[in-house]
Amino acid sequence: METTMTESREMSAAGIKMDETQGLTFPRIDCRNIDVFYGDKQAIFDISLPVPDRSVTALIGPSGCGKSTFLRCLNRMNDTIESCKVTGEIIMDGENINDPGMDPVLLRSRVGMVFQKPNPFPKSIYDNIAYGPRIHGLAASREDLDAMVEKSLRRAGLWDEVKDRLTSPANSLSGGQQQRLCIARAIAVRPEVILMDEPCSALDPVATARIEELIDELRKRYCIVIVTHSMQQAARVSQRTAFFHLGELVEMGETDQIFTNPRERRTEDYITGRFG
Amino acid sequence: MTDVAPDPFRNEKALRRLKKRRAADARFRLYGLSAIAFALLALSVLVASIGFQAISAATYHKLRFDIVLDPAVIAPKGNDTPAEISRNVDGFYTLIRSNLEATFPEADEDRMASRQLGELVTRLAVLPTAKWVAENPTQIGQTATIKVPLNDDLDLYLKGAVSKEFRLRLGDISAVAETAPRQVLLTGAGAFKALESLIAVQRQEVGDAVDARSTLVSSGTAMGRVTSLSTDTLEMTLLTGSASDFRTGRPMARMIALPESQRNVSDLQIAWTLALKDMGRISRVPHTSLLTHTDSTYPELAGALAAIVGSLLTMMVTAFIAIPIGIFASVYLEEFAPRNRLTEIIEVNINNLAAVPSIVFGLLGAAVFLGFFGLPRSAPLVGGLVLALLTLPTIIIASRAALKSVPPSIRAAALGVGASKMQSVFHHVLPVAGPGIFTGAILGMARALGETAPLLLIGMVAFVADVPTGPTDESTALPVLVYSWSTNAERAWEPMTAAVIVILLLFLVTMNGIVVLLRRRFERRW
Repeated sequence: METTMTESREMSAAGIKMDETQGLTFPRIDCRNIDVFYGDKQAIFDISLPVPDRSVTALIGPSGCGKSTFLRCLNRMNDTIESCKVTGEIIMDGENINDPGMDPVLLRSRVGMVFQKPNPFPKSIYDNIAYGPRIHGLAASREDLDAMVEKSLRRAGLWDEVKDRLTSPANSLSGGQQQRLCIARAIAVRPEVILMDEPCSALDPVATARIEELIDELRKRYCIVIVTHSMQQAARVSQRTAFFHLGELVEMGETDQIFTNPRERRTEDYITGRFG
Repeated sequence: MTDVAPDPFRNEKALRRLKKRRAADARFRLYGLSAIAFALLALSVLVASIGFQAISAATYHKLRFDIVLDPAVIAPKGNDTPAEISRNVDGFYTLIRSNLEATFPEADEDRMASRQLGELVTRLAVLPTAKWVAENPTQIGQTATIKVPLNDDLDLYLKGAVSKEFRLRLGDISAVAETAPRQVLLTGAGAFKALESLIAVQRQEVGDAVDARSTLVSSGTAMGRVTSLSTDTLEMTLLTGSASDFRTGRPMARMIALPESQRNVSDLQIAWTLALKDMGRISRVPHTSLLTHTDSTYPELAGALAAIVGSLLTMMVTAFIAIPIGIFASVYLEEFAPRNRLTEIIEVNINNLAAVPSIVFGLLGAAVFLGFFGLPRSAPLVGGLVLALLTLPTIIIASRAALKSVPPSIRAAALGVGASKMQSVFHHVLPVAGPGIFTGAILGMARALGETAPLLLIGMVAFVADVPTGPTDESTALPVLVYSWSTNAERAWEPMTAAVIVILLLFLVTMNGIVVLLRRRFERRW
């Protein structure tokens, strides 16, 4: 335990240094010494992880390793679980978003989230996208809102497929389209960060490929953190990868480096399929 | 292909196991089918028995009078106000009575017959006529056609519900003679043979109570009771009409199995009623007064209007209290309440409340609402409050189940785009759970609509002659009306009670229909 903690601190420092070499002076989100408890059970042990802007960070690891739990710390979704307690600092724009004084509702408009299973609201396609802007008062007029819906759908690569049936129910779309709709819905509230929790696990390979293309497109504007079970996906879409195991951050770094030349034995075992 | 490897699923033991398994499947299917068949049978027997009873109350007999509205009788003072005219039941009844006496002069002969003639129409039956004349005073002095309901026992007789009756046409009559005043002798060769053998058969089946004297013989508007009978002659006492009426056509004989002393309608009354019917003055009409009249001690005048309005008022009070409280309580418990001991205790208690016998709620209502708060007795307000308490647990449990069935991913999605907890509940969870919640609410209301016991305890069993106009008026409710009518002794109440049950069932079916419609219309799938 001792050694892991020191290691991860070193790596955290290393991460920042690497970002500097890429021209990013500081990480978009800097997580410092995060511990998460479910009641008495500790799920995440002292994780420090910087997340760079305008790039995709993939969190990989075997089931139950805490990667989803960690992801949900970043927009305080863990608040909805009563027994869950998060300690540590998560710095975003100089603010600690894990501070009790931080309004999670406001935070979630800045940190959007896409879930494992496509979960559109049981409303029309238009209303799905417009809901976020409406509750945050982002659109000044009806035309404004229309433009916002179009822009979000265009960015999610869904506009051409749905522009003629914006009023039909979102549930009539295919699974892959629904997931892109969820991404469009997240984009519509103009977030800075998008969290994706295994966004392709319920989709077929074709739909997965489309989502991956989309993620690659989106990283030009947003800071994206993605949890994935598929190492190929992590290798394809992410620039940086963090490997979690049993609630600890084992290793993180450039995706190429993690997959070709892992520093840790456990990372190598996992990537080569020896466990997990 | 000679040496096939031994197939583990083809050996004898495996086949036996398979057979057993299939038999178990078939058995289970049979049990299920027979359970459903039994339930359907029980239901259809119930519905059929109530339906058949109620159908006889769907129509009733009305007696037509063409009478002159004599001002000396109905407005004796000469300057009577409409209110006085409408209250002058005696005057209007006198008109009807004298009309009947003119039609059947023989009733004058003895007091007994005169009283029986008066029973053909209940005194209070003229009340609607009195009201109508009071509203249209120009009718006074004119000839008016009025229709009043026939006495309930005679109504039942005409519907064939009083006694078994055998009818047959007699043979040709060759001579009619009046042997003494009101004694008529009919002669005809072999004309009464069929009647004789019918009586003999009935004597064997029913017993000695049946003899020739249970037979009434009619021709046109005349009718007599048989006193002696042989194959070729028949002697009878004339009940109504004259001997000459028997000179034309073949008379009709009616044998009534139930002796006169055991029925509420006398032979004389039957004779008059059939004569009136023959005159075309009795018609069978839809029993609309069941829906437009209030309660009465006379079945032919009674209606369920006060109870229907009372039930509606009660349901309104119940709905206004139970539905909002129930929905808010369930939303809070399901979405906002912290999971701790206190919440658990509340939940357990709500579940237990749903199982409390309804009469206990009635006791509570009597003690708290009547005793402590001093609210009026027999009022829909109190009934509604008690039924609201009764339905609250049902509504809360159903609403919570509906809220629970909303997939958590919807809540997560709403929170994910930055909606607050309340926004996620009111914008997304409630619309999805809405049909389920309303189903629960309406089913709860349907249960409340059928409740009798708690209403008895807060005095809603009162005899209510006026339609309640507000929730604090004295009132009764449909199930309570069923209860009080079913305790009445007269036979005619039986089909009336069944008819009220049908009305109540129609209300329930309507409510359940609304539930089905709501589900169809608003249920969202994904």
